[in-house]
Amino acid sequence: MSNHHPGAPASVTVAGWGWRHAGRIAWAVRELDLRIEPGERVLLLGESGAGKSTLLSALAGVLGADSGESEGSLLVDGASPLPGRAGLVLQDPDSQVILARVGDDVAFGCENLGVPRDEIWVRVRESLSAVGLDVGLDRATSALSGGQKQRLVIAGALAMRTGLLLLDEPTANLDATGVTDVTDAVARALAATGATLVVVEHRVSVWRELVDRVIVLGATGVIADGTPARVLSGSGAQLAARGVWVSEHPTTPPRRRMVAATQPLEQAMGLGIGRGAVPIGRELELTVESGRCLAVTGANGSGKTTLALTLAGLLPPISGRLEALPPLAGRIGPSPIRWRSRQLLTRIGTVFQNPEHQFLSSSVRAELEVGPRALRLTPAETTARVDELLTRLRLDSLAAANPFTLSGGEKRRLSVATALATRPRVLVLDEPTFGQDSRTWSELVGLLAELLDDGSAIVAATHDQDFVHALADETLALS
Amino acid sequence: MKAFDRVNPVAKLAAALAVGLCLVLTIDWVSAAVALTLELVAFAALRVPFRIVWTRTAVVWIAAPLTAVTIALYGQPSGQVYFEFSLVHVTDGSLTLALATGLRVLAIGLPAVVLFIGIDPTELADGLAQRVRLPERFVLGALAGFRLVGLFGDDWRSVAVARRARGVADNGSIGRLFGQGFALLVLAIRRGSTLATAMEARGFGSSTPRTWARSSPWGGREWLVAASGIAVGAAAIAASVAAGTWNFIVG
Repeated sequence: MSNHHPGAPASVTVAGWGWRHAGRIAWAVRELDLRIEPGERVLLLGESGAGKSTLLSALAGVLGADSGESEGSLLVDGASPLPGRAGLVLQDPDSQVILARVGDDVAFGCENLGVPRDEIWVRVRESLSAVGLDVGLDRATSALSGGQKQRLVIAGALAMRTGLLLLDEPTANLDATGVTDVTDAVARALAATGATLVVVEHRVSVWRELVDRVIVLGATGVIADGTPARVLSGSGAQLAARGVWVSEHPTTPPRRRMVAATQPLEQAMGLGIGRGAVPIGRELELTVESGRCLAVTGANGSGKTTLALTLAGLLPPISGRLEALPPLAGRIGPSPIRWRSRQLLTRIGTVFQNPEHQFLSSSVRAELEVGPRALRLTPAETTARVDELLTRLRLDSLAAANPFTLSGGEKRRLSVATALATRPRVLVLDEPTFGQDSRTWSELVGLLAELLDDGSAIVAATHDQDFVHALADETLALS
Repeated sequence: MKAFDRVNPVAKLAAALAVGLCLVLTIDWVSAAVALTLELVAFAALRVPFRIVWTRTAVVWIAAPLTAVTIALYGQPSGQVYFEFSLVHVTDGSLTLALATGLRVLAIGLPAVVLFIGIDPTELADGLAQRVRLPERFVLGALAGFRLVGLFGDDWRSVAVARRARGVADNGSIGRLFGQGFALLVLAIRRGSTLATAMEARGFGSSTPRTWARSSPWGGREWLVAASGIAVGAAAIAASVAAGTWNFIVG
């Protein structure tokens, strides 16, 4: 029985539903019961790994029958979801844009649905204006910013006259301006279509004004459900403990021990940074000191990442001097970019913004062994270090899992652990808290505070103000 | 050139293919010389800027003489021998063959490059799916995947930097290239599968018959371009048969 009218707000009925990814022992979701009425705007919360993304994929009809097994029933408008009915927006803006020109990309879904040509272009213009993306139809999609790309994807979904908009952390990779652009676009789109909305996000404040219902998923199905006010005041503390960012329950910054004597490890004098020959920043003066955290802030494109990678010995300075001082360099020369890859390991560790860029192995344990192996530590020492990190970063139950299949929070913890495995004196992190739930955030900040207390130096490129308040001893704002 | 830019890419593809196909049937200098002359006349008539022809086709201009020299030295010997050393035999036969091959590389390469200057991949895909009726899943999948290739450069640099940070970049350059290439492949597959999900979520590959937002116009202009290609090929063959130099390759 299906009463689907294209464009009409859709209902969702989930009964005893579960899903297990192929090759996994544990169910991603199990025994889930849920009813969402047409036009409702739902914020879906739950800790990292509770199966929120799996549920959205299922509602979008893109969980392939061959990629796992399901139980129970999951219906959209009373029928099994077909791909192309719901609009799905994922986290990474780069890999969701399909075609080279803005207009063509928005039209893509309509073409697949068999919409007549004249009608397609009417819808394309309407949808682009509904998300406030007024660039020309011929504009190259590659020239759009992250926030614009996400709005483009939303426009693509609207043009399909979807009655169900599914957003999976669509703002996790965006800076503050991008976040506002996207939420404004969704608000306008919903006002125009009345579509049902299900959005997954850790940061409640981003969507709070827009949603009228909050559902919290736990390991055993729905654990809280109701209006935002009721859920957030009723179980706000419990939610915060589960990693949801609730403004009434802010994370507590870790206590720092005063480090008696700091020691300069790296010094930049008139440093110019850039990729290739194009300078992004010049005449930078800074010192990296043991036991202290240097935060590098600035808008997207200001060169935060470039500076971090230059200090990490991964990009060559393009002018001026960057000197590793004897306590850090030992006897191998003062220029980090000239060090061998293996010599970096015990001196400067780097955690990249995208953890996937630094994964090299097919299991979490093997991933952690990469550094110790390169250092030629004994097997006993390697195992001891890896076991300690697995426990400390709550990865022990995932030791055999493939790093690429982990959730966002787990990937971040693993990428930090891989850097710590070789005990570097300086730890460089690029946007370490991007898109993390509050629990991972607190653990990470707590761990970094311990490292600082133990005399490590930390350099973090970030635009997370909470992170800066919690840890930074010194802030360098790039413009 | 402006009007020529708007010609359906499929017609240009057909013209380039027609010339190429006719010229690989035989190896003789007459057919290649006739085709090359007609092509240069056509470029002049279309007002293709000489500078563009020269810069874009530099590879062809380098490849042609190299091929010719190789054939002259090692080609099948026959007729009078001019020079001999070990495997090298420069003879009447090898020189004729060298001339034929060098001209042939130019005659096939030039139109292929010039015709494809400024072709828009999206328009080509539209044409291949709507006009040639190639399977649309294949054509659109390739088109979308092609866009990801543009991200490879950045990914390659990120992977190199990340491997250095992980302590595994000290191996010899071959081992490093291999490891880095593999890491890039993994990233590309990850991106590709997200892209596939995004496409599927937008109804790509469903059983509904697809419509096309953009038309792929085909009219007199397209027939003219395709026919010109065929005409050049046919004229080349006719000239070579008339001159008695025609030698059919296969058989």
